[in-house]
Amino acid sequence: MAISFDDVEVGTELPARSFPVTRAALVQYAGASGDFNPIHWNEKFALEVGLPDVIAHGMFTMAEAVRVVTDWVGDPGAVIEYGVRFTKPVPVPNDGVGTSIEVTAKVAALLEDRRVRVDLLVKNRDLKVLGMSRAVVQLG
Amino acid sequence: MPLDPSFIGRTYPPTEPYEVGREKIREFAVSIGDANPVYTDPEAAKALGYPDVIAPPTFPFVLSYRAAGQVVGDPELGLDFSRVVHGDQRFVYTRPVRAGDRLTVTIVIDAIKSLAGNEVLTVRGELHEASGEHVVTSFMTLVARAAEETGE
Repeated sequence: MAISFDDVEVGTELPARSFPVTRAALVQYAGASGDFNPIHWNEKFALEVGLPDVIAHGMFTMAEAVRVVTDWVGDPGAVIEYGVRFTKPVPVPNDGVGTSIEVTAKVAALLEDRRVRVDLLVKNRDLKVLGMSRAVVQLG
Repeated sequence: MPLDPSFIGRTYPPTEPYEVGREKIREFAVSIGDANPVYTDPEAAKALGYPDVIAPPTFPFVLSYRAAGQVVGDPELGLDFSRVVHGDQRFVYTRPVRAGDRLTVTIVIDAIKSLAGNEVLTVRGELHEASGEHVVTSFMTLVARAAEETGE
């Protein structure tokens, strides 16, 4: 069901989500996206370049985070702008469990033409991993 | 070694058209665990007014990343890719990418800055459909680190 501009205000919270991240998911994402940088699948390489572990693709985290917006608005095509800053890596341990990306979001500004700016807070292990994470969304 | 600021504004030739297929979109949606039917079911997409399935918002990066290889591999620019991390990413959409699109990417170097010893490049990718219609613009900043430090 479409969200109406008339039903939101600054501060309206979107349903929060937690997204699992496993080593297998990173391999699958590498294949689908064509980003085969070994820091995302080769632990030996990741450690050699000074990372704490294999880390998630920043673009994987960016893809998960915006699902909070697309699931809320229903039509992913309503997202007319989306940007993030990659501020901290998301290490993914090889323990069969992996880690998770915690996403909360709220309406931060009402814009012209029934659009809103949604600000996202994206965390892993209680650390903010994306900065300036914002989407502009066309509402009905 | 600082990057040559005269590269600001450099535009690379458009890439060969990339034909967006339904199964590629499905593969990408599955890889991010997103079961929204608008990515896989043409009828669900039509119900939202699209002629065919659409791609998730970050899908255009598959094309813009590949095309940005022109910058990274430009011997005249001399970027040391082993020191490069992805700093920022932003998309501005005219409409979602959809199955059947034949997309070209035109890469432009928008900015080169030195910040605390790091070189920061802003690489813009304009994605157009073969008809000439603008679909989405990708802005990617690449940070070439000065120190022995890595991350994403």
